[in-house]
Amino acid sequence: MKHQNWNGFNPGVWQDEINVRNFIQTNYKEYTGDSSFLAGATERTSNMMKKIQDLFALERQFGGVLDIDTATVSSLKNYSPGYIDKENEIIVGMQTNRPLKRAVNPFGGMRMVRQACEAYGYKLSEKVEEEFRFRTTHNDGVFRAYTDEMRAARKCHVITGLPDAYGRGRIIGDYRRVALYGVDRLIEEKKADKAKLSDADFNTEQIRLDEELYRQITFLGYLKDMALMYGYDISQPAGNAREAIQWTYFAYLGAIKEQNGAAMSLGRVSTFFDIYIERDIANGTLTEEGAQELMDDFVMKLRIARHLRTPEYNELFGGDPMWITEAIGGMGEDGRTLVTKNCYRMLNTLYTLGSSPEPNLTILWSNSLPENFKKFCAKVSADTDSIQYENDDIMRPIYGDDYAIACCVSAMKLGKQMQFFGARCNLAKLLLIAINGGYDTTSQMHIGPQMPVMDGDKLDFDAVMERFDTYIGWLSHLYVNTMNIIHYMHDKYAYEKTQMALHDTDVERFMAFGIAGLSVVADSLSAIKYASVQPIKDESGFIVDFNTVGDFPKYGNDDDRVDLIAKDMTHRMITELRKTFAYRNSIHTLSVLTITSNVMYGKNTGATPDGRKARAPFAPGANPMHNRETNGALASLNSVAKISYDDCRDGISNTFSITPEALGKTEDERVNNLVSILDGYFAKKAHHINVNVMNRETLMKAYENPEDYPNLTIRVSGYAVNFNKLSREQQREVISRTFHEAI
Amino acid sequence: MITGKVHSIQSLGTVDGPGVRFVVFMQGCNLRCKCCHNPDTWSTEGGTAYTPEEIVSKALRCKEYFGKDGGITISGGEPLLQADFCRKVFSLCRKEGINTCLDTSGSILNEGVKQLLEETDRVLLDIKYTDDGLNEENAGCSLNKPLEFLSYLNVRQIPVTLRQVIIPGLTDKADNILKLKEIAAEHTCVDKVELLPFRKICQVKYDNMGIPFPFSHIPEPTRETMEKLNQIIQK
Repeated sequence: MKHQNWNGFNPGVWQDEINVRNFIQTNYKEYTGDSSFLAGATERTSNMMKKIQDLFALERQFGGVLDIDTATVSSLKNYSPGYIDKENEIIVGMQTNRPLKRAVNPFGGMRMVRQACEAYGYKLSEKVEEEFRFRTTHNDGVFRAYTDEMRAARKCHVITGLPDAYGRGRIIGDYRRVALYGVDRLIEEKKADKAKLSDADFNTEQIRLDEELYRQITFLGYLKDMALMYGYDISQPAGNAREAIQWTYFAYLGAIKEQNGAAMSLGRVSTFFDIYIERDIANGTLTEEGAQELMDDFVMKLRIARHLRTPEYNELFGGDPMWITEAIGGMGEDGRTLVTKNCYRMLNTLYTLGSSPEPNLTILWSNSLPENFKKFCAKVSADTDSIQYENDDIMRPIYGDDYAIACCVSAMKLGKQMQFFGARCNLAKLLLIAINGGYDTTSQMHIGPQMPVMDGDKLDFDAVMERFDTYIGWLSHLYVNTMNIIHYMHDKYAYEKTQMALHDTDVERFMAFGIAGLSVVADSLSAIKYASVQPIKDESGFIVDFNTVGDFPKYGNDDDRVDLIAKDMTHRMITELRKTFAYRNSIHTLSVLTITSNVMYGKNTGATPDGRKARAPFAPGANPMHNRETNGALASLNSVAKISYDDCRDGISNTFSITPEALGKTEDERVNNLVSILDGYFAKKAHHINVNVMNRETLMKAYENPEDYPNLTIRVSGYAVNFNKLSREQQREVISRTFHEAI
Repeated sequence: MITGKVHSIQSLGTVDGPGVRFVVFMQGCNLRCKCCHNPDTWSTEGGTAYTPEEIVSKALRCKEYFGKDGGITISGGEPLLQADFCRKVFSLCRKEGINTCLDTSGSILNEGVKQLLEETDRVLLDIKYTDDGLNEENAGCSLNKPLEFLSYLNVRQIPVTLRQVIIPGLTDKADNILKLKEIAAEHTCVDKVELLPFRKICQVKYDNMGIPFPFSHIPEPTRETMEKLNQIIQK
């Protein structure tokens, strides 16, 4: 097949089938040079960004939410076009009719929408209440099916953050398809897929798929209509770089108008756009300055994307994030790097527009990346604290070279794989429940198998492990079943029409489970094994505290005695999870990632044998507990690197903060040393790292005088936040984390 | 079996030698420099006993991070007091392809030390003062000691980074830096001169040990002073 808008591109199978990867492979130009070609912000860009900064300031003054449209249900065609500055915008499209005005999206659940409106001084309109009076939401469906035990597990917070009241997210549409093929071609392909179904036996699976395809096709039509409202016909392939970016953005915009998923990630667009930009530059129709301007305008749109959330949600996922994650760089299967000039331009937006948590820029790091690019990334990290790194060398063999990251650390092949997001369970709390024979002292609830409280003056390691195993088995079964209900209902009542239309019809699914409190559990078990842990009981005979005597190995010091306990816990957990069938034959995966919920998880967990006080925060993700690392930064990194990606295919998050002085004396030294650290960490087969190069004092100043630091960005756990958008409690926890310092 | 008395281990060091370094701080020092920021390493009592093999196996766990410039640094305390141990560590490191770096005051030069230097890829040599009187008074050793040490390094052509702590009122004058430059120029083994700003974060260590910090009255040098002096070095 041919199309005039493809003139100048190398041909390939991508013309005859939906195959963006093949288009990229046959057309992209790797770039191994340095950043000296980059252009700065144009006056237009700076003026536009100023307008946005002013809006951000206003949003802060309004308590975090500028405005809510309480009378319109969010969908692709429900708002008239919105602009920041119509005359000067290069890439257009807004979630509602005004920037930063938030939409209501009740398909996931009404309760959350009502509460969110009320929290910011609004009331959901009677019109929307009426529209949903006779409509089942995802949330309604889930709670119809939840068992008593599921409700109890949720109530006592041993499983928390389940996507049962809003969109599940963590699905990435291959938004590039709209640019490369135009919507009409995508509709044709989906229609052909639907027609093919007629030969099959119509069991439940087939009927569901048949209906889903119908809905996908409908929403592809809506997507075209939405673009037309802005004056663009996206039925045909994009004809130049600006259109490629605009078409792709429209597809993403359609997705975030339709869905309010926790994480609405972008995918991997930088190198894809580079092909169009290179063609335009060769034609003489685009300059470097113009190319940067396109990327800047696109990124500005991403920075103003918002969803309406409740304060409770913000406790779990602090900082009002969207997780517009863009995967950058990596290597191709043929050994060429996928780094292009446009990867630099994407990172350059952190200079042209200033540092920012969104989009969530994620470097796919390989030891084979061009040295120039490695150094540029390290410099951007040191300057902006806005980017994260994930190990391409361990992901590429599994996902190929056209995967992206959903949310923080969840890898998936673009357009071919999706995941059912499943939040996380509290492993530290489960340990306490196990020791207490099925009683949770924090919520004062009986839950799980009922057994006697563990006896004796000193906890015995083998006895505790045997007990713990029983409860891990119990919880895993319950956890998978709970997820099965959630995702069955989400498919039924809040199916992602736009995003799934941008996937292959035959899609592979993951079911992503998670654990919180890994370092607390590892250190607690280490204390039981290597020190003497005496349980302290309350008057009812339940263990509420511990008297730990003697030293014990602590996770974060490259000490196998405890690190292997941590590694073993993840292995036990995924092994148990796999024993229960997961909805739609999905593949069980596990993450060690907490977002900012490590504070909330800690708050709901009693004292632990490692000496952590009741209700004190956990360390984030797979991090060692704060300030227990006594052998320096590399030892700490080595401990985390031992957690196996084979057990934790949904990602292992580590957040690393180091002072500039500890990285080296000069900027050159700091950049080179950071590159060495990243190379070393990933050579150890570690999966992910957030890098902050900053002093604790900066955060303390920002804590005291937030108005002086309106744009202070910091990586927390798989994503970055504007420090000021965290709760006071979350801010204190971030400040208390280990900062690796020069000695 | 030989063991060393180790004060502490820092898996990530970036300021004691080139690149990313695994730094071992030895316990015990023969000097009592008034500007010392590690008074807790002075006593030859205490410390944790390690065999050279134990140290090297820990360093090996960090080898991936070393890149082309990094490696191991032995600092202190004064490593030369435990030269045999250090030599064993370095020789094992070299077998593993790990670059070896010795951070020392250069105040001891005996047969054991000479053997240690044969296994050393770089010496960070601390010239406390370029004035013999100041050296005697504030470091408790004659300037001749580190100069003899440096001459020996020059004969052996072992690469050297000359280092000096810039202490306001004592070492922050241009003529001092020029002298340091002269010393460097006279020894072809010196390929780098580093000026380190005097820091007082060690005050807390002195307080904890219940001993006075002799230089507690001296301010830290300003950034401008450091820049000015560094310019003299680079000229």
